[in-house]
Amino acid sequence: MSTLTDLHDDYLDSILARYDHSANNLLQMLCDVQERSGYIHTETVNYLSIKLRIPRVRIEGVATFYSFLHLQPHGEYRLLFSDNITDRMLGSQALMEKMCQQLWLQPGKVSEDGLVSINTTSCTGMCDQGPAMLVNGRAITRLTHQRVQEIASLIRSRTPLAGWPADFFHVEDNIRRSGPLFDNTSAPGDILRTALALGGKDIVEAVKNSGLRGRGGAGFPTGLKWDACRNAPGAARHVVCNADEGEPGTFKDRVLLNCQADLVFEGMTLCALAVGARHGYLYLRGEYRYLLEPLRAILQRRRDNNMLGKNILGQPGFDFDIAIHTGAGAYICGEESALIESLEGKRGVPRNRPPFPVTHGYMQQPTALDNVETFCSAALAIQMGAEKFRAIGTAKSSGSKLISVSGDCPRPGIYEYPFGMSVREVLQDCGAVNTRAVQVSGPSGVCVAESEFDRKLGFEDLPTAGAFMVFDDSRDLFEVARNFVHFFAHESCGFCTPCRVGTSMLKTTMDKIAAGLGSKYDLRDIERLDQVLQTSSHCGLGRTACNPVLHTLKHFRPAYENRLKFLEFKPAFDLDGALARARQMTGRDDVGAHLKTEET
Amino acid sequence: MNDTFQLDGAAVPFEPGQTVMQAALAAGHYIPHLCYHPEFKPHGSCKLCTVKVNGRTAASCTMPAEAGLDVESNIEEMNGLRRTLVQMLFAEGNHFCPSCEKSGNCMLQALGYDLEVRTAGFRHLYPDRPLDASHPDILLDFNRCILCELCVRASSEVDGKNVFGLSGRGITKQLIVNAESGLLKDTDIALTDKAMHVCPVGVILPKRVGFSVPIGKRRYDQRPISTQALDDAPRLADAGGSCDVCEGTP
Repeated sequence: MSTLTDLHDDYLDSILARYDHSANNLLQMLCDVQERSGYIHTETVNYLSIKLRIPRVRIEGVATFYSFLHLQPHGEYRLLFSDNITDRMLGSQALMEKMCQQLWLQPGKVSEDGLVSINTTSCTGMCDQGPAMLVNGRAITRLTHQRVQEIASLIRSRTPLAGWPADFFHVEDNIRRSGPLFDNTSAPGDILRTALALGGKDIVEAVKNSGLRGRGGAGFPTGLKWDACRNAPGAARHVVCNADEGEPGTFKDRVLLNCQADLVFEGMTLCALAVGARHGYLYLRGEYRYLLEPLRAILQRRRDNNMLGKNILGQPGFDFDIAIHTGAGAYICGEESALIESLEGKRGVPRNRPPFPVTHGYMQQPTALDNVETFCSAALAIQMGAEKFRAIGTAKSSGSKLISVSGDCPRPGIYEYPFGMSVREVLQDCGAVNTRAVQVSGPSGVCVAESEFDRKLGFEDLPTAGAFMVFDDSRDLFEVARNFVHFFAHESCGFCTPCRVGTSMLKTTMDKIAAGLGSKYDLRDIERLDQVLQTSSHCGLGRTACNPVLHTLKHFRPAYENRLKFLEFKPAFDLDGALARARQMTGRDDVGAHLKTEET
Repeated sequence: MNDTFQLDGAAVPFEPGQTVMQAALAAGHYIPHLCYHPEFKPHGSCKLCTVKVNGRTAASCTMPAEAGLDVESNIEEMNGLRRTLVQMLFAEGNHFCPSCEKSGNCMLQALGYDLEVRTAGFRHLYPDRPLDASHPDILLDFNRCILCELCVRASSEVDGKNVFGLSGRGITKQLIVNAESGLLKDTDIALTDKAMHVCPVGVILPKRVGFSVPIGKRRYDQRPISTQALDDAPRLADAGGSCDVCEGTP
């Protein structure tokens, strides 16, 4: 036994060495252990606790915060079906059921032989090529009944993932309409040379003058952010790229990282020059784990070509490098201060603000934190010049915007538009017909009904982080909202009372209505919960968690009211239903094992 | 000369670095709160102290005081919100006041009375939270935990022990202890620890102490929490580590 333990320790020692024995890299260490061993053993927690000199309770706290980390064995094959509404619309639920049947297993359970577990996960960002799933963290797209059968037999024969057909893991870019971002063909280093000629101060001025605003949805002026970071006092400055693209229905950063990675890194590097940072981090969502090696290879090429490292492109004293950190299944880490906590190896809980990351970010130092698309657009603004960049789009929304189109349309994928296009234009371009509603900017965004299709995407009217989910007239908007409500309850970090408890209660109330036990009192409860979430939540997740319900209630109230079967309040508790377990245990299902139904 | 902000129409002076809550309490104005403790850095998680600042809602315990702010706290809109939050906390855990040793000394219960919470309001979640009675001198009843993290903070910041921590997220978030067994008996907690004395509800209790002060004569039986909190609040952390607010000394 001691040999086994020693081997284990050798392995852990190599991980500790890889991450500088720093507790700030705890999450990265746990991700590596999880990937290698399938779960994080108690002994591993103990060993890391001793070596990192941190309490084991902290390691347990981190490991249980992230969906993809497990402290118990979770099967050699861990299957997670993407559970976004767009996956469901493509039949994911039936496929998951089929997978469960094929492998003799219930969702959420590990098979008795420890071979496999099956569960759902939040949107994996493959909405244009779903239904999608993750197998041990690797993305599989375009699931069909046949593919499910093939996967089940590969698992039964214990075929290692490396031996699975490569086609399963193929991810399409699906760029349907391109613009300045996708058309950019500058050679790596070109834009950086332009930036070097400008110098830090003028880069900030150019980005300011370009009118560029953050592409993550909030739309804060990027130049102002960089300026504040540049001027903030601090021993070290950092550049962080938010590639934690977790908003369901959004997948444009995935495509940028796949086909314009140099532009992303170019943007980060010129930002470092502008704010005076020496270290950069790209926080890659765990669902995009498959991009890690290709991205690291590009970083290495850039190092080899002196576009990262010391004295970049011969500029004395311009030292900067980029490390990639991966997430592990937590939507909340897309919130900037939660992302920083996660980067520091902690639970991804949003911080109290102020202070903001520009003055107190990573390691409490000034940090310029922007979205993948924002860094690309900043690079573009430097290349084109502020004037030309500003000429694209509208007065308050300059540049182009990537829209991730999914749902009921024949041409889902990525569309690049100058800001200011209408919802209707996008619908026409993607070939959508009989559209009932569009969810703009994901569950936390806005549900737009037909009467509003002439509204324009941009900061003036409909701000968007990029998601554009189309629902035609065959769709039930109540079920759409219910799916989103479940998502928020699953992703709440649990820090503040209103969101921790409120999202969960919203979920049970929506489920109650779906089960046919709703009355007008439940709609009143929903309104009360919405009010509390909106006014007192700690961060944007809680404040926007009620949006799906509010917006669908506004436009599609009959979808709710048709389900309200009772005038008087009905309890959610179902007495006969509560006896189901007893029936299962005794193997009875005769009339006598059921309560008499009351005739009312 | 101090700057001031307005709180429900009264001018409140403040020192640089104070939050709205700290300045208000120091000036004799009560804002309801649970996770805020005068001896600890504001946490901002319970949201009971939410106020309107220049028309927008914010947690007063973490909101930096600024000259000229217009803060509204004792208004029906905010008190209604607080009532709902108290109902949510009651519904989230398993709270049986009549049999609870902390009854009368419990801040959640006292706030319920003070805010006039008269109904359950929500369907209770009835979570399954087993007790930890493993320690010879200390009982942990997780059923009552409101996740304010005061014990986590006290054990780490004052006791230097990290006996408590959090696991899970969302509604599955829970208090855990720092031991491989998960049991309190395998930690180095001591009765004299600060962490023993900060729980606003009845999670962390010394064993073999039961109803030594009869119900009806306890802290919040004597005076409502809104009055009591003002007497306790504007003081500095005392070196002995005792705290009247939490220990329920009359």
